[in-house]
Amino acid sequence: MDMTALLLSRIQFAFTITFHIIFPSFTIGLAAWLAVIEAMSLATGRAAYRVIFEFWLKIFGVAFGLGVVSGIVMAFQFGTNWSVLSRMSGPIQGPLLMYETFWAFMLEASFFGVLIFGRSRVPPWFYLFSTAMVALGTTFSAFFIMVNNSWMQVPSGYVMENGAFVPNDWTKILFNSVVWSRFPHMLLAAYLTGAFCVAATGAWYVLRKVYHAEARIMLRMGLGLAAVLMPIQLLFGHLNGIYVNTYQPSKMAAIEGRWNDEKPGSEVLFAWPDVANRRNLFAVTLPPPFGSLIDSDSLTAAETGLNSIPQQNWPPVVIPFFAFRIMVGCGLVMLGLAWVGSYLSYKHRLAYNRPLLWLTFFSFPLPFIAIITGWFTAEVGRQPWVVFGVLRTADAMTPFLTTQQATISLVIFCSVYAFIFLFGTFYIYRLIRIGPRKPFEIPHLAVPNRPMSLADDEPITEPHHFVTGE
Amino acid sequence: MVMFWVSLLAISILLYVLLDGVDLGVGLLFGLTTSEARRGTMLSAVAPIWDGNETWLVVTAVILWGAFPLVYANLLSAFYLPLIVMLLGLILRGVAFEFRYKTQRLRWVWDLSFAGGSLIATFIQGLTVGALVEGLQFTNGQYSGGEAGWLTPFAILCGIGLCLGYALLGACWLAKKCEGEVRDVAHRQIPILAVGVLAFLVVVFAYALAENLPILHRWIDRPYLFVFPAIGAVAATVLGLSILRHNDHWPFYMVVLIFVSAFGTLALSFWPYMIPFVITIDEAASPHSSLAFMFWGCGIVVYPLMLLYTVISYTVFRGKVRTTAGYGHH
Repeated sequence: MDMTALLLSRIQFAFTITFHIIFPSFTIGLAAWLAVIEAMSLATGRAAYRVIFEFWLKIFGVAFGLGVVSGIVMAFQFGTNWSVLSRMSGPIQGPLLMYETFWAFMLEASFFGVLIFGRSRVPPWFYLFSTAMVALGTTFSAFFIMVNNSWMQVPSGYVMENGAFVPNDWTKILFNSVVWSRFPHMLLAAYLTGAFCVAATGAWYVLRKVYHAEARIMLRMGLGLAAVLMPIQLLFGHLNGIYVNTYQPSKMAAIEGRWNDEKPGSEVLFAWPDVANRRNLFAVTLPPPFGSLIDSDSLTAAETGLNSIPQQNWPPVVIPFFAFRIMVGCGLVMLGLAWVGSYLSYKHRLAYNRPLLWLTFFSFPLPFIAIITGWFTAEVGRQPWVVFGVLRTADAMTPFLTTQQATISLVIFCSVYAFIFLFGTFYIYRLIRIGPRKPFEIPHLAVPNRPMSLADDEPITEPHHFVTGE
Repeated sequence: MVMFWVSLLAISILLYVLLDGVDLGVGLLFGLTTSEARRGTMLSAVAPIWDGNETWLVVTAVILWGAFPLVYANLLSAFYLPLIVMLLGLILRGVAFEFRYKTQRLRWVWDLSFAGGSLIATFIQGLTVGALVEGLQFTNGQYSGGEAGWLTPFAILCGIGLCLGYALLGACWLAKKCEGEVRDVAHRQIPILAVGVLAFLVVVFAYALAENLPILHRWIDRPYLFVFPAIGAVAATVLGLSILRHNDHWPFYMVVLIFVSAFGTLALSFWPYMIPFVITIDEAASPHSSLAFMFWGCGIVVYPLMLLYTVISYTVFRGKVRTTAGYGHH
């Protein structure tokens, strides 16, 4: 076992999956938002809704394309770098990935074609149905990925036979409380991402005094949706905490920076965990029973500390500790912004409040940061296990992978992804900057299988003038 | 149940080779021309279909993982570097379809990534098949060939052979889909490429005789395997006739038939092994509970729907592409 290759493989997986999750988390939310906008357009007949729909459909296309391209790599990477895991868990993770590919591909590919071509060829209700089906496809995709990952967090419904995980109860794998608190958490996160990106775009247009009607709708709906969803998201976040505390005490102890068993537990708000000396520096702590209240919904529950867990089973404490706090911090800022913004919008004062508009504009990275740090908490917190409690990450790697191979692959992944990401985000930026200005014509060569072509109908420009100012 | 998933795997691989072979081949020929007008037309001939074609690679990967995890784990890790380079080649050529029309000064970058990505991906696909035929080194059921166990003269030969094969497929597609100069050039390229593919097959056969490759024994042990090469020979003859007649459509269908017969030959000579002479289909198969779960939820209904969807999207884009309708110009 080559320890450097192991580290590089972990970095490579983390890098490629982090890159990938940016796009689906945006498109899942956007797909649902498009369905809502189309329904509003049908219900009210207002032209602005139609303009907004066509505009966001283009952005959806580019982001969707980047998600697909970066997703292909994921389907291969289990086999290349983690051959022991893929051999052992293939009977469970393989079928789940197959459901994801087959179901999502069918729905997205078929009905996305209708979104592009079908406006004039199908009745309005069927067009609305198609937008809903695209949203359902992305939701299925998210569902099966969450089932897959939840099984790695809390493996269930299997027996070990000949060194492989053999499924003996698919209902347990698909329908357990862990899946059904984590899947809504991820889905809501994606909806919030969509909501904040839409609201930020609306705020930008209001600040630039362009697309008045559309910008108002984007701002109001984006913030309004976030104002409603944010508290629900916090509730599901809390439910996730309960599952972690029940099944993964090592992860919970790392998140909470809790070194000793406590009954009832206290709650560390901020600190610098000093792992070498097993203590927290500069700690700001709420006294008991706040820790037990937050982690176990109880005033008296005993909470496990890292000291009662063998150190070889600890996750790297610092990463989940800080990642979790960054995620919660982003969530609270988004909650405040959504509530204050929606209140001002209700009072018809938001359009004149430039500081808040600027804050809303600059808030668009927050949901992405929250999703990425949330996943860091979940995945790094699961360590040193790849299948929690059963298979260690170190034992899951391809046994003959060398440092040289892992270095080469990591370097080419990083350089190619950076290259593509730069251009992709530039095209999205340019689409948003230009805004829903032009009358819409259907690009005749755009097809369901190549959604990125939706971005084509802009004049050719050099992608170098990145910051051309307002 | 195992047979069902072997069949689906075989269909998916064959579909991938035939469908993506077309647009990879067009990518190879794209690198041979510098005329912007011809490049635009060539891209238009594959633009609506390439992404759907590539989906079959993902379908193949997930069937392999879900139904035959042992093969998925062994093959993907044994071909570590080639596969990763192939994926990045596919990504680079994929985004080039979209990005080359977004710039003029940097268009050469995307043209290079389109032709180069196609070349890399094709070569590596041929290389992996060649290495599999020749046999990877395994010890106790685990790959033990080292970082470059796949890098042999025979594998390189197969890589070059597949480049010729895909280019032939691509040229036939261009003859079928295009008009004017692109079609005429394709008609000139088809005989050259066809002779190249033929020469490659002869060399492979000679090499196999000289090296005494284990696969060859199986052909000799099972004379009925020669049904497939016989079909290929008939197809090659018809191909030759249709080239002489400058037919736009027949060459494509004949080359497809040649690919099918080559695939059939290879698949039957591997049988019942998935990784030749190391792992059999039954050894590699997932437990019944996994296969059945996939059968009911994916295989029996959704897979035929995916086939139907492929047929529909090809039907929508049937017929000749207009030479003037450059990709991305609306």
